[in-house]
Amino acid sequence: MTKLAWLLASIALAIAPHLARMPLWVGPLCLALGLWRLAIERDNRPLPQKWLLLLLAGAATAGIASHYHTLFGRDAGVALLVVMSFLKLMELKALRDTMVVLFLGYFLVITGFLYSQTIPTALYLLLVVLINTATMIGYNDVNDGLSVRPRLRLAGILLAQAVPLMLLLFVLFPRVGPLWGLPKDAFSAVTGLSDSMSPGTISQLIRSDAIAFRVKFDGPPPHRNLRYWRGPVLWDYDNGTWSTRQPRDRAPAQLLPLDKALSYTVTLEPHNRRWLFALDLPETLPPGSRAGRDLTILAQAPVQQRLRYSLSSATRYRFDVDPDAGEMERALRLPARGNPQARELAGRWRSTLKNPRAVVAQALGMFRNEAFVYTLNPPLTGPQAVDDFLFATRRGFCEHYAGALVFLMRAAGVPARVVTGYQGGELNPLGDYMIVRQSDAHAWAEVWLEKEGWVRIDPTAAVSPNRIESGIAAALPGAELPPALLQLDAAWLRRARLSWDLLNNNWNQWVLGYDQQRQTRFLSRFNRALASWQGMALAMVTGIAALLLGIASWMLWHTPRRGKDPVHAAYEKFCARLARRGIARATNEGPADFAARATRMRPDLAQQIGFITQRYIELRYGRRHSTRLPELRRAVRRFRP
Amino acid sequence: MTGLTHRLAAWSARFNPLRQSAFEFLQSPFLKQLLHPAPEAAPVTLTQRRLYILPTRHGLIFALMLLVMLLGSINYANSMGFVLTFLLGSLAVVSILHTYRNLAQLTISAGKSAPVFVGQEARFHLSASNTGNIPRYAIGLRAGKDVAGFTDVAPNHAAALAFGLPAQRRGLLRAPSFNLFSTFPLGLFRTWTHLDLDINCLVYPRPAAEALPLPAFQAQTGQGSRHGAGQEDFSGLRTYRNGDSLRHVAWKAVAREQGMLTKQFDGATQQELWLDWDLLPGMDVETRLSRLTRWVLDADTAAQRYGLRLPGRVLSPASGAEHRRQCLETLALFGL
Repeated sequence: MTKLAWLLASIALAIAPHLARMPLWVGPLCLALGLWRLAIERDNRPLPQKWLLLLLAGAATAGIASHYHTLFGRDAGVALLVVMSFLKLMELKALRDTMVVLFLGYFLVITGFLYSQTIPTALYLLLVVLINTATMIGYNDVNDGLSVRPRLRLAGILLAQAVPLMLLLFVLFPRVGPLWGLPKDAFSAVTGLSDSMSPGTISQLIRSDAIAFRVKFDGPPPHRNLRYWRGPVLWDYDNGTWSTRQPRDRAPAQLLPLDKALSYTVTLEPHNRRWLFALDLPETLPPGSRAGRDLTILAQAPVQQRLRYSLSSATRYRFDVDPDAGEMERALRLPARGNPQARELAGRWRSTLKNPRAVVAQALGMFRNEAFVYTLNPPLTGPQAVDDFLFATRRGFCEHYAGALVFLMRAAGVPARVVTGYQGGELNPLGDYMIVRQSDAHAWAEVWLEKEGWVRIDPTAAVSPNRIESGIAAALPGAELPPALLQLDAAWLRRARLSWDLLNNNWNQWVLGYDQQRQTRFLSRFNRALASWQGMALAMVTGIAALLLGIASWMLWHTPRRGKDPVHAAYEKFCARLARRGIARATNEGPADFAARATRMRPDLAQQIGFITQRYIELRYGRRHSTRLPELRRAVRRFRP
Repeated sequence: MTGLTHRLAAWSARFNPLRQSAFEFLQSPFLKQLLHPAPEAAPVTLTQRRLYILPTRHGLIFALMLLVMLLGSINYANSMGFVLTFLLGSLAVVSILHTYRNLAQLTISAGKSAPVFVGQEARFHLSASNTGNIPRYAIGLRAGKDVAGFTDVAPNHAAALAFGLPAQRRGLLRAPSFNLFSTFPLGLFRTWTHLDLDINCLVYPRPAAEALPLPAFQAQTGQGSRHGAGQEDFSGLRTYRNGDSLRHVAWKAVAREQGMLTKQFDGATQQELWLDWDLLPGMDVETRLSRLTRWVLDADTAAQRYGLRLPGRVLSPASGAEHRRQCLETLALFGL
């Protein structure tokens, strides 16, 4: 009963993190199967018939197939594994079946890592491994010689001894790329910017405090109001939504930096999109990436792993002073109809103001001086989204302002486009790096001006300067803040959060981000030859041999003394001392007989021998007295025949 | 044709020295030792020269699972996958040491085997003593195909192990070779030792199935006038000697704490029971021994004094357990 309970507990712990992602019926099914199995064990009933199990397995498989529309891929595969491991519990006949279930337990742990590799997950799953191992020990401990605590202790010792070997293998095992294609659902449920923007897109994203990327600057970081992290540039407006086609394969437009370049390294969380983020505007591109004319940087494939790249940017520049005619045309294009009020206003500006610069200033002045409100919960707008926002609701988030501004500019004949990305970032003083979260998501505008090229215009800064200077939490009224952003106040809390992020960052960089590149760099630090395949193989073999030798000798020499009975030990010492004087105790001789014989041979020691023997017999066979053992020990210590 | 035969003979003769040395090798004491080692005298300590270790079938499945995990980790570039795979692999490797240590340095000594009759199961007793101070768990004993049992051995203690073998022939039955093994703690590796110890069990002949009347009493030959220790008239008490029937113990005296006393009787007729080989003519040896065995048992049950007379061996009349043992042993080993 206990062994089975352990087995059930191991499997239940292993599947627990998966259940939230499974179809709703999986959890109750597993619970029912587990309880059924326990009842069978308790009542000593036979295990269910094979046909019944096959029926259940078939039904479960069909259920999973209909939920995921496939049986392949990560999610469906894990669901199958979960259900099958519980069904396997129903046919435990021999030790082999049990071992298979235990192996499935380990396998469920590794599938857990496909979804999350954070420190808490790792700790939890390590605990599952410990319990699974203890269960395995229990099943191989045929006579139940070990109770719960020593069983867990032995599992702990085994795992602790395995850790040095594991570290060696982790560091030295050569990292190579994927061996074959991954299932489509290998990377899903990630938050991040999308390639289109409509009212509400960014204000939704703002509610998540998930990390978008972390940045380490080689020098001092730029001032807060220069921290614009450029993402996808959106060109095309249709029916309230800004979007962009994949840009044609063209070289970036000419960029003339006006200040010293800032070098930095970005560690981007996977977002399953191709674009990479860079400080506005990048002078160099990360290796293996390319950028269109508008400097949207694209990786070769969607970013599905945490990605590290280094590049440099200029914060003051002249960008694309001699534009492409087709691109200018695209930057002025608007749908034929819609938003008449906005068009009329822009037309008025166009005819009364002498140059585009004045048009831009006019628009920003309007946002600044009229009753526009920066809010996370803007009212819904109708089909004439820009008109509704500009003339009716006047409440919006950054996507409303950026979208409306670009619409107005285009209508007024000023080339303009929407840029999405992030603005701001929190400096972690503990680790000297910057954290950019999804809550820093932002949208702004770029207009093209004669002689200056593309110029960044942020209408949000006009409505709510705090957003740019101090961040989103300072810009919004407290009641509007989503819970994820409320935690910034208490200093100690902030410090704890930053320490935790530092730990996570190191974990990401060194454990999770330990890839081929990092491995080579790390190993070259010790020895250039070590970073080669042969070097790693040789180091692995010698390292494993040395570690095993060390563990083996530790096991041989470090023999636990605690287990020895102190009473017995003291008595053995007494016998050894007599043996040295030629009075050896025979194996079949009881303590009383031995004492009698010894006294006959050495009458001078009669008193001591008698005392020690009496104490020994009392301690061995009589009731316990706390003073007896020290007395025995003292007597033996003084006993010098 | 003859030329070809000649050439073949000459050709094969060239290999004669090789054949010779191969033959010598096969006859060499080394190989003999390897193939049919002589039984050893117990006790035996399990040193590293005697212990083998290999993965179990579960271990191989585990290795296969680790391979799948490794491929998955490589493919998904999953660092924690690598960590878990390497941790479990290292766990298996470390378990080799633990499994090995579980059996190493145990001392195996042989116990006494109680004699059995043909058709019964001979039990061979072993004792595994652990002189180290690490407890040993789930030490298995396998004789032939069956696992005879598992035992744990506490530090500085010894544990008993036993295995059985059906006794099919009378005489001394030598214990078959057996394995001691252990898969503790994880069941991924099995360490084992093959032992062929010099342990014997005495097998008595199978007692004849049909109850046969005991042979008639014979007049005592020789000094017939001496008082026979009969069973009829009580003649006094003497101190109990080993071999006296328990039926004749003066239990009342025992109850009075006077010690074990045996009641003595005067036999009215001075006759003795002889279980004689010659009383069973016309049977083969085993049938005769079988009958004689039955008689010994019956006579002993009836608490009679009896003697056993076999060609070349005579056991003078007596009674009691020791006499019974002697008679049965003589029957068991007769002619061997």
